[in-house]
Parts: sequence; structure tokens; C-alpha cells
Amino acid sequence: MGGFFKSSIGRKVAMALSAFFLMVFLLQHFAINLLSVFNPDAFNEVSHFMGTNPMVQFALQPVLIFGVVFHFIMGFVLEIKNKKAQGVAYVKNNGAANSSWMSRNMIWSGAAILAFIVLHFIDFWIPEINTKYIQGDWSGTLDGVEGFRYYEELTHKFVSPIRVGAYVLAFVFLALHLLHGFTSAFQSVGATAGRKQTLQNIGKAYSIIIPLGFIFIALYHHFNH
Amino acid sequence: MNLTLRIWRQKDSNTKGQMVDYKVTEISEHMSFLEMMDVLNEQLIAKGEEPVAFDHDCREGICGMCSMYINGEAHGPDRGVTTCQLHMRMFKDGDTITIEPFRAAAFPVIKDLVVDRTSFDRIQHAGGYISVNTSGNTQDANALPISKHAADEAMDAATCIGCGACVATCKNSSAMLFVGAKVSQYALLPQGQVEAADRVKNMVAQMDLEGFGNCTNTGACEIECPKGISLENIARMNRELMKASVS
Amino acid sequence: MALNSKVPQGPIKDKWTTYKDKIDLVNPANKRLIDVIVVGTGLAGGSAAATLAELGYNVKAFCYQDSPRRAHSIAAQGGINAAKNYQGDGDSTYRLFYDTVKGGDYRSREANVYRLAEVSANIIDQCVAQGVPFARDYGGLLDNRSFGGVLVSRTFYAKGQTGQQLLLGAYSAMNRQIARGKIEMFNRHEMLDVVKVDGKARGIIARNLITGEIERHSAHAVVIASGGYGNVYFLSTNAMGSNATAAWKIHKKGAYFANPCYTQIHPTCIPRSGDYQSKLTLMSESLRNDGRIWVPKNMEDVIAIREGKKKPTDLSEDERDYYLERRYPAFGNLVPRDVASRAAKERCDAGYGVNATGEAVYLDFASAIERYGKEQAKILGITNPSAGKVYELGQKIVEAKYGNLFQMYEKIVDENPYETPMMIYPATHYTMGGVWVDYNLMTTVDGLYCIGEANFSDHGANRLGASALMQGLADGYFVLPYTIGDYLSNEIRTGKIPTDTPEFDEAEKEVKDRIDFFINNKGEHSVDYYHKKLGKIMWDKCGMARNEQGLKEAMAEIKALREDFWKNVTVPGNANEMNPELEKAGRVADFLELGELFAKDALNRNESCGGHFREESVELDGEQKGEAKRNDSDYAYVAAWEYKGEPADAVLHKEELEFNDIELKQRSYK
Repeated sequence: MGGFFKSSIGRKVAMALSAFFLMVFLLQHFAINLLSVFNPDAFNEVSHFMGTNPMVQFALQPVLIFGVVFHFIMGFVLEIKNKKAQGVAYVKNNGAANSSWMSRNMIWSGAAILAFIVLHFIDFWIPEINTKYIQGDWSGTLDGVEGFRYYEELTHKFVSPIRVGAYVLAFVFLALHLLHGFTSAFQSVGATAGRKQTLQNIGKAYSIIIPLGFIFIALYHHFNH
Repeated sequence: MNLTLRIWRQKDSNTKGQMVDYKVTEISEHMSFLEMMDVLNEQLIAKGEEPVAFDHDCREGICGMCSMYINGEAHGPDRGVTTCQLHMRMFKDGDTITIEPFRAAAFPVIKDLVVDRTSFDRIQHAGGYISVNTSGNTQDANALPISKHAADEAMDAATCIGCGACVATCKNSSAMLFVGAKVSQYALLPQGQVEAADRVKNMVAQMDLEGFGNCTNTGACEIECPKGISLENIARMNRELMKASVS
Repeated sequence: MALNSKVPQGPIKDKWTTYKDKIDLVNPANKRLIDVIVVGTGLAGGSAAATLAELGYNVKAFCYQDSPRRAHSIAAQGGINAAKNYQGDGDSTYRLFYDTVKGGDYRSREANVYRLAEVSANIIDQCVAQGVPFARDYGGLLDNRSFGGVLVSRTFYAKGQTGQQLLLGAYSAMNRQIARGKIEMFNRHEMLDVVKVDGKARGIIARNLITGEIERHSAHAVVIASGGYGNVYFLSTNAMGSNATAAWKIHKKGAYFANPCYTQIHPTCIPRSGDYQSKLTLMSESLRNDGRIWVPKNMEDVIAIREGKKKPTDLSEDERDYYLERRYPAFGNLVPRDVASRAAKERCDAGYGVNATGEAVYLDFASAIERYGKEQAKILGITNPSAGKVYELGQKIVEAKYGNLFQMYEKIVDENPYETPMMIYPATHYTMGGVWVDYNLMTTVDGLYCIGEANFSDHGANRLGASALMQGLADGYFVLPYTIGDYLSNEIRTGKIPTDTPEFDEAEKEVKDRIDFFINNKGEHSVDYYHKKLGKIMWDKCGMARNEQGLKEAMAEIKALREDFWKNVTVPGNANEMNPELEKAGRVADFLELGELFAKDALNRNESCGGHFREESVELDGEQKGEAKRNDSDYAYVAAWEYKGEPADAVLHKEELEFNDIELKQRSYK
């Protein structure tokens, strides 16, 4: 089995498996965020649970970080290998004639998403880590805020139109990335032709609805606070 | 019609190449693309210049010898044909046509538009066969019924002509459509089952060794394949390799 | 030298079995000490190389293409015959043998043809075991179709790509041996001469087509499997690179060349569209199962059609001349290839050709579409279907049967053959003539073998559809591996053949001198200029109909053209690099000699048989008036020519053909 992941196909399968994991994570992240629109209290409850549960913090979080890092590093490694495989570039190449823009530019949509994740870490994750692990404050409360602090912090972040703009843009890239990535991941693990059409439909729905939902949440908080 | 041809000229594998412009006149729309190239070459010979070297043989779309990247597409802008069956009616008077060799690190240029595709042969050597000796007493051909569905699907995979358009067109120079087609042909037939696991492992290993890139499922190969080999063959190869690796 | 065909004694049914039981074998340890060179990797060469390597010989295989998989066998569409009798329609080894001899117009060697029929069934078993995806029916068993007007369904097929699938099967068997190190493969290499030592073939001189390097290769036996010489006509259905150089070089070194005038002109090819044409494309003969061939009855209609004032579909049934149905009511559109081709030429010569070049007839599917449509309507229970519905249903059936061919036609001609009749015209397709071989497939040079289309083969004067693939694979898989062992059993003590001998020196020098001549000549005409001129002479005077005067003219014209070629040909570039023009020059130089021998042979054979039609030899009266007339009392022999310096000086050797198991009859398709 070790040899398998060294092969070109094995690497693609690994890429697909990490993608599946990230897509599931994205779905749950979206579900929690959506709560902030409909029910800020519930959002706070769930956020506190996720932020303090040892299972989530010490098992799932490292896996997630590993998944993200793996997916990015592998993506860049494959890109470099593929560039090398190509050798001399064409003087004229009409890629649009046979493939989608999304499929040909996964590395760029991926890079944009990476940039966003950096921003996202600075915005949320690093302060969280700072509060909990460096300052040792696991209460989930903030002075002057009634109940948990999470909802307040969330809405606060979406005041700046520049940040909201960056978020919107990032999610557009995420949609583009998913539009190819979703079905591509299934193809990589050998999904059969019979299921192709269904997968494509689900893929399209997922790739558009989820990023659009995130954008909606960001805009909702921006205009309501 | 009159055309400008922008063609890659390269003396041999050790020399640097470049694009050179040529003019051809009075090209009939009924000519095949290679017949147009013949006209150019006759013109060059008459002028005492070296004709453009390009691979071609059967000129009926089956041998897989002809290649050429024409206006940014393998085998040119038409679908379901090789360059030899591409006709000049696909172009307009006054057009400039860019003609390049198939590009991939695993397909080094030999001269002008001629590339070395023996990497494909070496992948086949690694397992593209069923180990059966010629004896005259293999079992009767009808002793083993094979469902029409499987036979037809195997045939669809087997129609690959090994031209390399899939590699040339792939932004990653991946050979997975080619290898997938061969793996699929045998995987679909009962005769191929005995060696299936070793076959897929060895062929994929050789493919990687030759320096072909990774598939990123853009699907360009399927569109540009002159024989319409389906992407399903790549998915099947992926499954076969996973199966072979866990067992 | 008297020709000895070495046909074993005994009843025809037992000859091959008895022969195999008695030949000398080489033990496995000794096979390792023996090298065999195989030139050409089509069905014959590929299957021979693989099988010899499986047996344990060290094989060196050569092909001019970039991979053995590209040999022109790949282009065969229709199918492969085998006497399996899976359909239970009365087929048998004898019947396949009989049909092949009769179809060849009684000009083939009985014993060889019987052996071919005998091993035909093994080919199918072997190919299926290799994973060749033949067409199957819903029960999972192999499907057959009837082909070329024979009375049984014995043709196995893989869509319209049977040749491709069989070749890929042989190629896969080669790959296995290449991986084992038993075959050393030389792609992009061209054999330019054979080397003889003490009268035996001991090696070849080959040119590396990438570097231009001249190489010496030695072996204990040399097998030529380089295909036919159809490109002597310039335009043919052969591949651009198909050539006669290997076969012609061995002829010049002592191998007799047999029956060069036997050429098959295939009736259903896409017509030429202009002078720039580089090759012709064949469409499977199976189209004639449903298509009806016609030209307009009236000259006014012909002219109107050529000028674009009328469309073929505008002509009523009364205004059409279904000339095959008219002349051959019993067989109609399914007459053998030679008859169909000549009939098309007759109409076009009379001025009824339907395209601008005047060389095209119609192949019409309208009535097939209507017939199938009505059948389908009945099956579906549609009473009084509209004409549109009938057409729609019928078109679906025709598409299922011939879809890929229709599509190919549309890509090339840019006309939709469902809406307007196809245009077809005959084109050179296959050469029955070739290097003379005995029952062992050995030429008149010891240790030099010739197999597949390159030999004069088992097809006599005319080859039946789906028999070329059968012969190529029979020779390579099942015949040569036995017969060559008999010869090689005497070579186990010979040891490695050295290449630093005077014989190799001399052969290499000859090859190099010729190449240097081409490079340095700097004449005024390109190689294609000469090839096209040769092709025109061949087509006009050695084509579908030949006569004494034309053939004499052809000989003189080819000789003159050859002399001009050696003065005025120009080859750009250098010898020590990839140089396609240089490759062509060598091939055309050989065609310029072969063409003359072709005409000489045609002149000698003053009878009409199979693909060879002499205008002087026709039935003068009765029902068969104007049809080909064979002359068994004077010409029931194989004409094997010995090289004597100039093609015109070639010496004729006759191998008399005896027919003990088949009664000679004049063919009739009326």
C-alpha cells in the first residue's frame, strides 16, 4: 500500500481523500455559521462547544490542520511535477477548446483560497489560540458582553467593507475551485460512469450553494450591524 | 485559399528550435491538412530548402502516426479526426495557422514536427498484454462466453490508436487516457483477469518513470482524442490500481 | 534453377500434419544460440517475431514506423475468415479452401491454401486468448458476418477495425517478448539490403531513420514481412510509407519475384478529388451488402450533375443505370472485387462518371433505408407509416451497421451520405504477387523467408475479402515457426554470424553509395514528381484492364522515366539525419524497377485471370460475352522472375500448378 501513494494515481487519490475531508468540514462550518443568522444564541452554544471540547480540539483540529496543509502542499508538489512533465510550452495553446477555466486553474483558485485562509487564521484562529492556550481563558466570555463572546466577535469582524470584500472574493474562488474539484475528486477515486451525471449535479449544487451561503452570511452581518 | 503557416523548425533533438513563417497559395478546401503540408514541402524542395519533417503514414486516421498541434489543439480544430483526416475546409482564406510538435517531456522532439513516442511502447512492454503463447491448442474461442456489453466496452477502449494526442493536449502531459484505455481493455475481459493486478501496477509504474504528469481530470484528453476514448477508462484504471494495491 | 515447391506428398488433408510430424526440431537450449531477423511488424511479421521469440530464438525485429503497432495491417476494416462453422451453415476447412482457390481464379498452390484453411480456426482461438475484442452476440458468443459474396458466414470482426485489433494483439504478444528480452526491437529502421554469405541469407543492412546511421545486423535466417507493393501506383489505399524495398532488394539478391501483375483494385474507395491527392481511402466492402451501385442512364444527366445543375436524388429510377444488377443479375452488387471494379471503370470510360474528374459512380443506400424502415415499422406494429417515419426508422438501422463508415465519408467528402448517394471509385488495394516462396515459405535464397502480403501468397490471381488478415497471421503464428525450425536445425553449430566480413562490407558500401548519390545529385525534380509519373503510367496501362500495346509502352516509358530519375532527381538535406525525402527516393527507385517487371509479367500473361484482365482474352460470344477468359492450358503456372540486371531482362521460371482436389471452372457471376 505504501507504494501506492508514491504512484501518480496514488497521489491523486490522496489529494481526493483530503478534498473529501475538507468538503465535509466546509459543510459543517457552513452549518454552524448559518446559525449566526437565524439564532445567535445557538451559534454561541455550538461555538463554545467546538472551541472547548477536547475531542474537537485535540483530535479533529489537528486532523483538519493536517488535511489543509497536506492538500495545499500536495497541490503545489503536483503542479511542479506537472509543469516539469510538460517540458517546452506551446507557442499557441487553445485550452478553452477542450476544458473549463476552472479545471485548468486549480492552482490559482487554490492559491487564492490559501491567501484567504491566512487572513482567516489571523482574524479568528490566532486570537482564539491566544485567548485559550496562551492566556488560558477558556470561559468563552468577554467583558461587557452578555453570554458567550463568539457572536459578538463574528459580527465585529464584518464591519470593515474591505474585509467583507476580501471574503466575498475568496468565496468566489472557492466556488470555482469546487466546481472542478468536487467531481474531479470522485473521478480520482474511480467513480463509475453510471453515477457521473448525478455526481455532477450534486457537485454543481454544492459548489455554488455553499460559497454563496458564506457570502450571504458575511453580507448579512455587514449590513445588519 | 492562401495561408500563412507558422511552423516549428528544429534540426534535431540537440538543437534549439524556433517558429518560422511560410506562405502557401492556391490551397483547395478539399485537401487534407497533410496534403497541404505536401504542397509546402514540394515548394520548399523546389527552392532548395529543407522540407518540414512530420510523421504520417496511413493517412486514413487509424495508424496513429500523424501528430501536430494545430492552432493550439492536438490534431487541429476538428473533432474525432487525426491530422491526416483534418481537411482544409476547416480554415479560411488568409488564416495564419500555427503548427507545433506534440509537446511533453516524455515526447522529445526528433526533428521539426516529429516526436519520439517510444515511451508509449515501453509502457506497453511493462504489461500491455495477456501472457499466452502461440500454440494452436489454446481453448476454443467460444469456450468462454463474454457478455456483449463487456466485449463492446473492451472494444471501445481498444480503439485507441496510440497517437499521443491525450498527452499533447493535457496541461500536465499526463498519459492516463492512453494507459487507462489499455488497462481497461484487459480488465473488462475475463482473459485479462489473471494478470490484472500486476498489469496495472507495472504499467502505472512505467508511466510514472517515463515522466508523464498527473491527471487533474480536466477532460481535455477525451475531447481531443480522435477516437473518442472515454474518461471512464481513467476512472477504471484508478479503481484497478486501488484494488491491486489493497489485495 | 528449377523451382521446387517442396509440397509434401500424400493426401491434401494430411500434408501439413504429416509434414509437422516429420520435420527436424531445434532443442530449447540450442534455440538460444540462434538469431532471426524479421523485417516488418504487421500481422505477418509481428506474429512471426512474437512466436519465434516465444520458442526461444533471439529475434531482431525492424520497422520503419515509430512503433510496430503502426504497420499498415492496422487499416484493414472488414474482418478475418476462419472455418469455424460457428453459424452451422455448412462451412468447413474444405469449403474455405475451395472458396479461396476459386476466388483466386485457380492460380494458387493447392497445398498452401489448404494449410491456410486448416490453421484458420486456430487463429481465432489464439486471438481471443490474447484479448482481441471480436464482436459478440447477446449470448456472449462470437458473431460472424458474410463477406465478399461467399455463401457462408465465416468472417470474424471487431467493428470496422478488425485489422487494428488483430495487429494490436500481435503487438501485445511482441511486447511481452520485448519485455523478456527475446525480441530486440528496431523502430524507425529501414532494411536497405540483405547480406548473403555462402549463398545463405545471413543478415541485413539497415538505416537508422533518426540518425541516418547505416547498421549491420546478422542472423541465421532472415524473414521478410514488409507487405505489398501497391504504392507502385502512387495512389493506393496503402500507407504513405508502404514500400517494396525489402522485397525488391532480396529479389535483386536472388529471390525470384512471382506474379507481379496480380494486383487487387478495390471497388469501394473514396474517389480522387484533385491532383494534389496523396492517397486513397478505402471503405469496407460490407457497404455493398446494402448499397446499390449506379450511374445515370443519360449523358445529359451526367453533365447536369457534374455542373451541379442536378442532384443525384433528382433522378428517377428509370433514369438510373444499376449496371451491376443489369450485367450480373445473379450476384448483382455483390460480384467479386475485380468484376465490380472493372464494371465501374467501363462506365466511367464510357463517360458516365459522376464527379468532376469523371472517375466516380454512386453507391446508394436509399432503397436499403426504405427496406429497413418498412421492416422496422412492421416489427413495431406501425400500420401505414409515413414516408418520413420509414426513412427515420431505416436510417437508424443503416447507421447502426455502417455509422462509422458514413461518418468517415462525410469527414473526407463533406457530403452527408444519408441524404445523397456516396461516390466511389476503385483503387489499388492489395498485391497478390510478391516474392516466390516454397511450401516452407522460403524464397529461392537459403535461409531467406518471405511471409504475408510480401510473398506471392495463397490468393492466386485475386484475394477474397477478409483473407489477407487470415494469411498474414497464419504465416506468422502457425506456419513459419514450424518450417523455419526445419532449416535452423542445421544451424545449431554455426555460432554467431560475424558482421565484419567482406560480404557485409560490400553490401554496406552499395547502400552507402546509393545514398550518397541521392544526396549529391542535386537534380531538378523531387522524388514525388517521379513517383506520380510512374503511378500514372501504371494506372493507365497496368490498371484494371491491360493490353499488349499498352504494356509494351508502359515498359518503355518506365525504363525512360527510371533513367531520367537517376539523372535528375533531387534529394534535399543530408544522409546523417532524419531525411524523409531520402527515404522516399530509395523506395521510388525500387518501384521504378518493379513497375517495369510488373508490366513485363502482365505482358507475358496473355490471359485474363482474377485481378489481371487482358483485353485480348475475353469471351467472344454467349452469355459471358465480354467477360474475362482464363486460359488454363497455357497459363496455369506461377510466373517466377529471376533478376538479371535490368527488369526487362528478367528470366521467367514456371511453377506449374496442379489441381488434384479442385476442378477448374470458369468463374460466372451472371
